[in-house]
Amino acid sequence: MSSTFETVAGIISETADIPREQITPESHAIEDLGIDSLAFLDIAFAIDKAFGIKLPLEQWTQEVNEGKAPAEEYFVLKNLVARIDALVAAKQA
Amino acid sequence: MRLEYFEMIDRVTSLDRETRRIEVSSTVPQESPVFEGHFPGHPLVPGVLLTETMAQASGYLVLGLMGFTHMPFLMGVDKARFRTFVGPGTVLTVTATLEHEGSGYAVTKAKIAAEGKPICDAELRFRIMPFPEGMDGLMRAQAKRIGLLEETV
Repeated sequence: MSSTFETVAGIISETADIPREQITPESHAIEDLGIDSLAFLDIAFAIDKAFGIKLPLEQWTQEVNEGKAPAEEYFVLKNLVARIDALVAAKQA
Repeated sequence: MRLEYFEMIDRVTSLDRETRRIEVSSTVPQESPVFEGHFPGHPLVPGVLLTETMAQASGYLVLGLMGFTHMPFLMGVDKARFRTFVGPGTVLTVTATLEHEGSGYAVTKAKIAAEGKPICDAELRFRIMPFPEGMDGLMRAQAKRIGLLEETV
């Protein structure tokens, strides 16, 4: 598994008090791990800090609410990790 | 300060957009119903109200920097430390710095001091949301009351 996933899983485990072994790339942050919107903001802050990026949570939420994208697109961890990697790559480019 | 009305900020001293820092001043009233219970015969400002004071200074910082487009709501208090007692008549200097502006949230570090001595500090997190109906006018009025820069109001 990628180092990005390991970092994100560690952040989720520590921030939301979820045993690390329960967190897999296929986990849905909300449906499987039970992370609420408040806790997700704490996780977003830790991710922003760890990777030096700004997760576009408002844009994602709007897209999900408007039916333009399924929630899985952003909240299944392997997809979230891919988006983090893309944001990091865009920042370094 | 009017503790029982949660008017914790008397005056904005400065708001620096470059350093994303606000400084405000507040004077603890000589008398307040709060002191009747906290504590009888030994009036002290409760730590929760000092936290509220840091949150309000931070909130006005976020409002000012964002041009009153959204409302910050306190959602988290981390690393809060209360280092000394605060009694009636104390003149407080409250500072807050925007540490991180995320998408839909903001993080500040805030401190209160009196005569240069640290009283308390904390890291505060805010959820940034659209104003509930009618609330933006209320916040603008409060901002004018405390002298937040006219350009942001």
